[in-house]
Amino acid sequence: MVRAEWAIFEEDYWAINNVLDDLLRSSRASNVVLIDRTGQLVSQCGPEVDFDLTSFASLCAADFEANYQLAKLIGERDFSTLFHQGARESMYLAKIAKGVVLVVLFAKSTTLGLVRLRVKRAVEELNDIIERLYEKLEYRNEEYDTFDETFTRGVEAEIDNLFAD
Amino acid sequence: MSLINYSSREINCKVVYYGPGLGGKTTNIQYVYEKLAPETKGKLVTLATEMDRTLFFDFLPLELGEVKGFKTRFHLYTVPGQVYYNASRKLILRGVDGIVFVGDSSEARFDANIEALYNLHDNLKEYDLSLEQIPFVMQWNKRDMPDAIPIAELNEELNPEGYDNFEGIAVQGVGVFDTLKCVAKKVLRQLQTS
Ligand SMILES: Nc1nc2c(ncn2[C@@H]2O[C@H](COP(=O)(O)OP(=O)(O)O)[C@@H](O)[C@H]2O)c(=O)[nH]1
Ligand SMILES: [Mg+2]
Repeated sequence: MVRAEWAIFEEDYWAINNVLDDLLRSSRASNVVLIDRTGQLVSQCGPEVDFDLTSFASLCAADFEANYQLAKLIGERDFSTLFHQGARESMYLAKIAKGVVLVVLFAKSTTLGLVRLRVKRAVEELNDIIERLYEKLEYRNEEYDTFDETFTRGVEAEIDNLFAD
Repeated sequence: MSLINYSSREINCKVVYYGPGLGGKTTNIQYVYEKLAPETKGKLVTLATEMDRTLFFDFLPLELGEVKGFKTRFHLYTVPGQVYYNASRKLILRGVDGIVFVGDSSEARFDANIEALYNLHDNLKEYDLSLEQIPFVMQWNKRDMPDAIPIAELNEELNPEGYDNFEGIAVQGVGVFDTLKCVAKKVLRQLQTS
């Protein structure tokens, strides 16, 4: 049994990817990335990127978190979206349920207005999926017995292996 | 917050290095980065000021080999030490799975350790967390300093709970891997409940 904060199962993953796929096409964005608020990459959709996606996810989460603290500081509950404009590439970030963050990268091939419009629908759909996923987690944990003692010992051996002096 | 992705078969865990400013947190992560083979580590990200002190955080992702078809990743973060960066410190703690406290052994920094420990408790409280719930390891760094306080004394004063602790000379790599191994295994144990 596992005591993870959250988990994504196969079917949710595909449901999420379908939404991201739709969003990518309908908004004409260059890339769509889903991360969680602790900076972990959940999924990415679009052509392979030429930057480090792990760092990107971690920095986006920090960006969102910093802005969340800023919002609180000025008496707002939260900023539900953020926009960063670049000369060529721009970024639009939107808050999903349970601390998940949607990041859309887009260039001159589309407009902020269109991206914003399409993101709105995607956010609703993703909210549903994530909420359902959390409900499922409540009672589905025991099915997953991959993470037993053998597993833990296996990973421990990997840890020793990696950090051998 | 550990995230298990059953579809891409990945487990992600977050480990945060906490402690007084200039205690050696960044040095710990830099050593890990330098020592590991390229295929096991990601990019080291450092958001620093000109004075080379961590402004926001350092970030280093590590990847372990597959076990039972699952890949385990550890994301290492450091927090900025200075008091005026507390907002940044707090936000790095969100979703933390394990904490390493890098203390400074030198007598001159004794109070800074106390302050950092109190601050850690306070910041965790804001996320409704406490040290008892989170895998926690201490490293008494800078053992090479001429004014280093004896380990027994440091533990007596700053670690009455008796958390696992290691001696460190991070600039030479001493204690760096032992500390990280210990916290990583604790995080893993937490993931698996009996
Ligand atoms: N003498 C000594 N200096 C150290 C040791 N570890 C780190 N330092 C030095 O202490 C300074 C601050 O280290 P840093 O890792 O940036 O501290 P941080 O603020 O906790 O990230 C740097 O100049 C390091 O080279 C150590 O074990 N012994
Ligand atoms: Mg630092």
